[in-house]
Parts: sequence; structure tokens; C-alpha cells
Amino acid sequence: MSETARTSRTKQEYEQTLDASDKAVAQFEHKSRNFLDATQHFLHGNPTMVPVIVLVISIIIFGALAGPKFFSPFNLSLIVQQVSIIGILAAAQSLVILTAGIDLSVGAIMVLMSVVMGQLAITLGVPAPLAILIGFVGGILAGMLNGFLVTRIKLPPFIVTLGTWNIFFALNLWLSGAQSIRSQTLDEIAPLLKFFGESIAIGGARITYGSVLMLVIFAVLWYILNHTSWGRHVYAIGDDKEAAELSGIRTNRTLIMVYGLAGLVCGIGAWASIGRVGSVSPQSFQEANLQSITAVVIGGISLFGGRGSIIGPLIGALIVGVFNSGLRLVGVDVLWQVFAIGWLTIIAVAIDQWIRKVSS
Amino acid sequence: MKKTLVGATLGALALGLAVAPNGAKADEIGACLITKTDINPFFVKMKEGAQAASVANGVSLSTFAGKIDGDHETQVQAIESCIASGAKGILLTASDTKAIVPVVKKARDAGLLVIALDTPLEPIDSADATFATDNFKAGELIGQWAAAKLGDEASEAKIAFLDLTPSAPSVDVLRDQGFMKGFGIDIKDPNKIGDEDDPRIVGHDITNGNEEGGRKAMENLLQQDSEINVVYTINEPAAAGAYEALKSFGMEDGVLIVSVDGGCPGVLNIKDGVIGATSQQYPLDMAYKGIEAIKAWAESGEKPANSEGLNFYDTGVNLVTGDPAEGVPSIDIDEGMKRCWG
Repeated sequence: MSETARTSRTKQEYEQTLDASDKAVAQFEHKSRNFLDATQHFLHGNPTMVPVIVLVISIIIFGALAGPKFFSPFNLSLIVQQVSIIGILAAAQSLVILTAGIDLSVGAIMVLMSVVMGQLAITLGVPAPLAILIGFVGGILAGMLNGFLVTRIKLPPFIVTLGTWNIFFALNLWLSGAQSIRSQTLDEIAPLLKFFGESIAIGGARITYGSVLMLVIFAVLWYILNHTSWGRHVYAIGDDKEAAELSGIRTNRTLIMVYGLAGLVCGIGAWASIGRVGSVSPQSFQEANLQSITAVVIGGISLFGGRGSIIGPLIGALIVGVFNSGLRLVGVDVLWQVFAIGWLTIIAVAIDQWIRKVSS
Repeated sequence: MKKTLVGATLGALALGLAVAPNGAKADEIGACLITKTDINPFFVKMKEGAQAASVANGVSLSTFAGKIDGDHETQVQAIESCIASGAKGILLTASDTKAIVPVVKKARDAGLLVIALDTPLEPIDSADATFATDNFKAGELIGQWAAAKLGDEASEAKIAFLDLTPSAPSVDVLRDQGFMKGFGIDIKDPNKIGDEDDPRIVGHDITNGNEEGGRKAMENLLQQDSEINVVYTINEPAAAGAYEALKSFGMEDGVLIVSVDGGCPGVLNIKDGVIGATSQQYPLDMAYKGIEAIKAWAESGEKPANSEGLNFYDTGVNLVTGDPAEGVPSIDIDEGMKRCWG
């Protein structure tokens, strides 16, 4: 009403100069967006979309090249099974990377705890459930040691976990004597340790409990990170630790908890790995530390912290699995599988950098 | 045992070197054993052999080990300490078979006898002698056994090859190609895996020599061909992993798995029907004979000779199986258990 009243009345003389001025409301300048800019903006808002698109495209391409052998429910469930352990480690890794850290020791913690569980149950005759529980607690403590060194002694996460990687690996060899515990021995004394190797058949697919466990871990972490204040704190610390501190977050305490939680996930992964491998194998998963980082990076979580969805690394691990399976079924040598994953990692980080440069 | 290992580990961390020197008397013959690690059961057995031979021959033994497999620097320091100690000879399993050569030359120039155990140096004549398993023969034995077990069906076999690593080190090539020759496959270039065109070969995949890799490789090859009935594996952990994969595919019966090593868990797996046959090697003998050779060198200046037709001294290999095949010499499981390592 008043609006019309104002415009209808005759302007005062001093007001008339305003006619020549800009009448637009103050606003940000919009460059006309081309397709590339639009894509960049879209991906900035939906960081998980890149890996999802890559996964879908790679499934389509390998499906076309390798045919029904690749597309069978059995093969697809096998891929999930094969990536389940690296997937679980990637979940642990993501937690740390979200805080702008890195954890080179996740694989070593996992193998060490699988050896702890195995030695307790088999050599010392500890009841299997207790042995598993001790393995979980051991995982938490190992993670918290990393967290303590990072926050209290103020060492860079890269150096801390490079050190603990070696320490945990040495302990693993010492405890195990570099000797595997055989599958048959486990069956006899502590079959519970192999629980996650069990599977259910649905149609042609064979879903192991370990595959389900991986999905559950990602679902729980997704909930924690997105729907609890603690989860938001994790992102905030990764984005800007000082700002988080100033806004009242107890950053060091949260960081120790992040490393501890990552350690727990590794401990759970230890149990699952015994099921997957069939035996307690101190020599297995020696490259798992780096493979987990690969999955996280391909999954679109920024190495600079604070950005990316926890679901990304799950997709990232699946992409690696699809590439390995697809290339193999097409008949490509192992060497070139390694080559392809290498390029994929670099491209993933390059895309991440490009998205981060998003300008209004 | 574990306590001494802790001590050794801590010592290694503190000094960057695990050293256990015995007080060498001036008139005693000194010898050094340098292994890749002192935790791997293979090297533990080697050390046992060296110690037993030293006691029997009145040799004063010092043992050194790298922190991990691939720890080259520690081995260099060990050789240098050994030269300084006035020892007469060195037994060495090199972590880096090429890079160690110059310091080995230094030792030989100083008058020490250097014997490579298990792992030949590159070139092999960089050491005075090499005491090792004939890995080609080890492969050949399991190949012959598998072919004999299949009988007429061997011509229709579908074979999976579970190798070590993409870089295919010599042990990988020798065992793989030896198996093929034993089985009756035309191996073409014996230095190259994968140049064969025999239709019975389903494919090769890598295992990194552990259970996890063995399982994944077996799964991958079964995806290529679900009618595989013979599985060659680089070592027994890989074989155990392959068996788990076959079990998950419901195929554990009716597939022959063969392997190489003769570690105690591996022999137990023969007993349990996981592995059909394995070629057993003898790290204890390598070191035992090595110490004897150093003694002979110190006393008479005589260097050990190579086995006939080979460029190293063959410390022997036996096929272990509970199911002997005609025409393929083998030892039974009990004998295999007695002589196993780890």
C-alpha cells in the first residue's frame, strides 16, 4: 500500500536526481555461467557426486567390455567382498582425514589387532568373545596413542602415524613370530573369529557378513558425522581448527576421540579380516594403509580437511574394486591395473583441487 | 624365545642393528650370519643351523639381522663390523641383492669367504658361493606330481598360477616355470612368465605370498574360468588363501593345490588335505653347511664347489605329500614334519 502511495505522489525536486541512479538492490555480481562453471558449482555442493558418476560410468564401460561375467550378481557381490576390508579401513581413514590429518597406521593397527585376537584365543586359550573385545580395546588405545601424540606433543599426523605404523608392524611380527594361525586351527578352537567370512546367498549373489558389516559401519559413521554435534565438530576442526577452538569446541579432546574411533573401526576391521582371509595372517594387508588413503581420495574427501561425505570412500573403494575386476576380466595384466589406479588417484585429487577453486 | 626377541628388537631399535656377538677368542675361527630379519621362521631356522654347526665345529658365530625385509643399510653395517672383527667368513641372505655387491667385494678383498644363503646375489658370482634351494627343481617336482595324479586328464587340465609380485623376482619365475616344465607345458623362454600359449593355462595372478593375496587371486582366476582343477602357488600361505576361496565357491574338493616351502603350517595343511603336495626346502642345512665351508676355508683355503650343472650349491629339496605318485620321489608327512621350519 505505502509503496503505491509513495510512487504515485509527485516527487520533490531534490528527489528527482535519483531517477538517474541505479535502482537495483545491492547484490553479488553474477558472471554469466558457462557449463563448466555450473558443473563446478554443482560438484562443490555435492562432493560425493564425482565418485558416484565415475562408479556408474566404469560399471557401464566394464559391463559392456567384459559382458555377463562382469555383470553377474555373483561377480558384483564378489567385488563388494573383495573391497570390504579396505572399505572398513577407508572409513577409519576418512575420520582422520576429515580433521585435515592422515593416518598411515590404520592397516598396521588392524593386522596387529587380528594377531592379538588370534594369539589370545588360540595360544592362550582366552574365550573368543573376550579375545575379540580385547582386540577392540587395543584398537582404541592404538588410535588414541596417535591422537595423543598429534594433539599433546603437537607432532604432525603424518610423522606420528609413520612412526606408529612401524611400531605396530614390529609388534605384530613379534607377537605372531611372523607365523600365520591356520584356518583349520581357528575352526577347531575359535570359529567365532571367522564369523564375518560367513555368507548368505541371495539369487546368484553371495553376500558375506563382512560386506554387510562394511555397509553398517559407513551408515553409523554417516549418522554420527551428520546428525550429532560431535560430528559437526569434526568437520569444523578439519575446516579451521583455530576457528573451531574459538567457537568453544574442545578441539584436542575431539581429535583424540577421532583417532580413538578410527582405531576402534580398525579393531572391528581386524575381526572382519580374519573372516575374509580365513586365517590370522600377520603378513597380509601390508599395503592396506595406502590403499585406504587411495579409496578416501578417489571418494572425494579433501585431504585438506573439513570437506567431503563419509559415503565417498565407500564409493571410492568400490571404484577400485570395479576397476580391478573389470580390467582383469577384460584380460589386462596386473601391472596395468596398478597403473590405472595410480592415475585414478591423481585425477581424483586434481578434480578436488579444481572444485575447491570454485568462485562466485 | 619371545623374551630374547624383544631384547633383540629393542636392541635393533636402539642401535639400528641386532647384534649377538660371542666373545671371540683369538685362536677361534670367527663367522658371521647376516639374515634379512631375525623373526621370519625361515631365518630363525637358518640361525639354528648356524648355531648348531658352530658348536659342532668350534666356530665362533656372530649373528646380525636387518630390522625388516629390505633393510639394506643394516646389512651393510653388519658386513663392515664383521670385517673389522677379523672373522673368516660371512653367510648372507641379502635384502638388496644388487646394492650389497660392493661391500661384499670389500669383505672378499679382506680375505673373507662370503656365501650367499637362499638368495643369490646379482650377479651370482659376486659371492664366493651360493647355498640355496634349487627353486626350478622345487617347481618341477610339484608339476610332475600334479601331472601324475591327474593321469590322462592332465591333457585337459585347467591350471591357475598364483605368483608372487608384479615385479616377478627370480624365485617367482623359477618356481612358476619349473612347475610348468614338470607338468609338461612348453615354457618357451624360461626367464619369462606369461609367454606360454598352452590352452591349459587359465591365467596368472599375484598373491604377495600371503593368505589374503592368495584368496583374492584365486577368486579372480575362478571368475575367469570356474573349471580350474589345478592350482600352482608360490608358497604355502598363498595356497591356504586359495583354498579359502575355493571353499567359498564350494569347489574345495577335486582341485589339486600344490606349493613350495615346507614350513610347518604348510605340512600340516597337507595333512588336512588343503594342499596336495609341497616342495620342502631346508634353511637349516644351508646355514649348517655354510659354517662347515667357512671352517674348511679357514683351515685349508678351499672354496666350496657348485653342484653339478648348476651355478650354485643345491642344499636339496624334497616333495612332501601324503599321496605319493609313481615315478615322483617324495617323503611322507611325518618325515616332512620332522624337517619342517617355523
